[in-house]
Amino acid sequence: MDQSDLETAYEALAQKIDSVGDEKTELYLAKLALLLAKEVGDLPRVLDCIEGAGKSLD
Amino acid sequence: MRPAGRGEFDSLYFDYPHFDPPEGAARTRLTAPARVAIVGAGPVGMASALALAREGVSSVIFDAKPTLNDGSRAICLARETFYLLRRIGVLPAFEAKSLPWTTGWSYYRGQQILEFRMHDSEEELFRPMYNLEQQYTEQFLWEAVHESPLIDTRWQSEVVGLQDVDGGVELSITDPIETYTLRADWVLAADGAHSPMRRLRGLRLQGENYEGRYVIADVQMAFDHPTVRLALFDPACRPGGTVLVHKQPDNIWRIDYQLTEGKSEEEALKEENVSAAVASVIEEIGYTGEWKLEWWSIYSANTLALDDYRDGRIFFVGDSAHIVPIFGVRGLNNGIADALNIGWKLGWLLNGKAGEEILDSYTPERRGATLDVFDNAKKSTRFMTPPTPGFLLMRDAALSLALDYPFAGDLANPRNMTPYTYAESPLVENDDTAFDGGPAPGEVLPECRLDDGYLSDHLAPWFNIFCFNPALAGEIKLAFQDISDRDIQISVLDFPSKEAAHLGAGENSAYLIRPDRYIAARWKSAAAQDIRVAFNNIICRR
Repeated sequence: MDQSDLETAYEALAQKIDSVGDEKTELYLAKLALLLAKEVGDLPRVLDCIEGAGKSLD
Repeated sequence: MRPAGRGEFDSLYFDYPHFDPPEGAARTRLTAPARVAIVGAGPVGMASALALAREGVSSVIFDAKPTLNDGSRAICLARETFYLLRRIGVLPAFEAKSLPWTTGWSYYRGQQILEFRMHDSEEELFRPMYNLEQQYTEQFLWEAVHESPLIDTRWQSEVVGLQDVDGGVELSITDPIETYTLRADWVLAADGAHSPMRRLRGLRLQGENYEGRYVIADVQMAFDHPTVRLALFDPACRPGGTVLVHKQPDNIWRIDYQLTEGKSEEEALKEENVSAAVASVIEEIGYTGEWKLEWWSIYSANTLALDDYRDGRIFFVGDSAHIVPIFGVRGLNNGIADALNIGWKLGWLLNGKAGEEILDSYTPERRGATLDVFDNAKKSTRFMTPPTPGFLLMRDAALSLALDYPFAGDLANPRNMTPYTYAESPLVENDDTAFDGGPAPGEVLPECRLDDGYLSDHLAPWFNIFCFNPALAGEIKLAFQDISDRDIQISVLDFPSKEAAHLGAGENSAYLIRPDRYIAARWKSAAAQDIRVAFNNIICRR
């Protein structure tokens, strides 16, 4: 995935979050995380991502 | 609880027997010492007595009630339990009455997300699960207990005191006529989740309580529907809640529904509220005919166990030793497994065929099985009744994802259908690493279909040795010539054969199998003397 692919994913995510609406954002992101975890198919990498995304939230 | 106007034992489908306390001549023998006293005539207590009787050991059972238990309660009997029921000679009644099933259908907001199938195949003698109301389980066990000359059952007889004495326990028993004492060499406490025996010994269960509470309600309705487990997540009839539906014999249906948060237990258990909740579930599952409410109760998920299932000469068996969440359907199943486990070991000890250390394996084997249930049940319970916002969000995410991606539906699959492996038990030898397949020591002998029946048909109800070479069998017979063939059976299976392949066996392999069908040891290339040494280890006669 190059820089341009990542930008495309970034924008698609932003647009999808807007289109599902505030109320469903949390559920949508949780579903997405579970689906991506399955797609990655590698538990240590998935657990690293779960930890990594939890850093610097403040 | 039952609808207004009906007594505690006024059932739509089950005629409760009434049991008197001991009368007449039986009272002259009340204080005669017992080899084994069993406290509690529920399914676990009765299974314990029958397991001892199978070894020729007599027992006295005490129960405070005048009849069987008041409701359908534990309704799922697992495949392994059918083997245990066969061992204690009561299986035909269970096979005739219960409803076998293999499949579950799970729904999220009205859409099916999963059809799970428990392990089953043509190799298996029994189906993975059978539904039967607990009263029938108790009635069928009672019929065998009542017929057994080795079992003395005393109803309306409550154990009110315990005193350790040299080589035994003295029990104080109160029945409607008097209080008396009886000395027993050994005691099995099978007196249920609220075990007065546990309290008399000052013992406490350790573990966790979960938040979610369920109402379990039975209705009678002539609903034409296959026997499957229905799980409804966030259904229209109970928004945000979870509902489970099981079919039972006699047109009785079990409906379990999660209590809405904030609702008091008292309010939820009122008949009009149970009726209304059940009506909405019945409508959602598509039944439109007449139905009647039969019985209901409340339940919350716990994972609690005693640290040690033995206290001196008292063994805790079943719910008195461990309380598990209902979702894994392991409460009664593990209780009966406890009963059969202590039953053969105590039987072998009391018959002078095993050393006392054989009893030391009861806690590690059966408490290990409980802890294994806890691990799985925690996952199931968190899925059925998410305890925190995080678990709730991920549960909903999984269910929502499952509508379009079947893999996510597997997260709703209940676990826990296979018997526990006693890998760490003192009554199991280390595996022979020369094997590269087949069941290892500590596992239950797997079933296998043969031309003339099933592999388990070759098992005698005591120890068994399977080998595949007549010459080896001759050497084994020599090594065991001082052991009765009613204590160990040596079978020569065909080689090569389907069963040999199934066991990963070579021509000179051997399997040593315990009376409870657990594999005690195996040898890829066996020497008769090694088998004898292992047998001596297992029976604690080194």
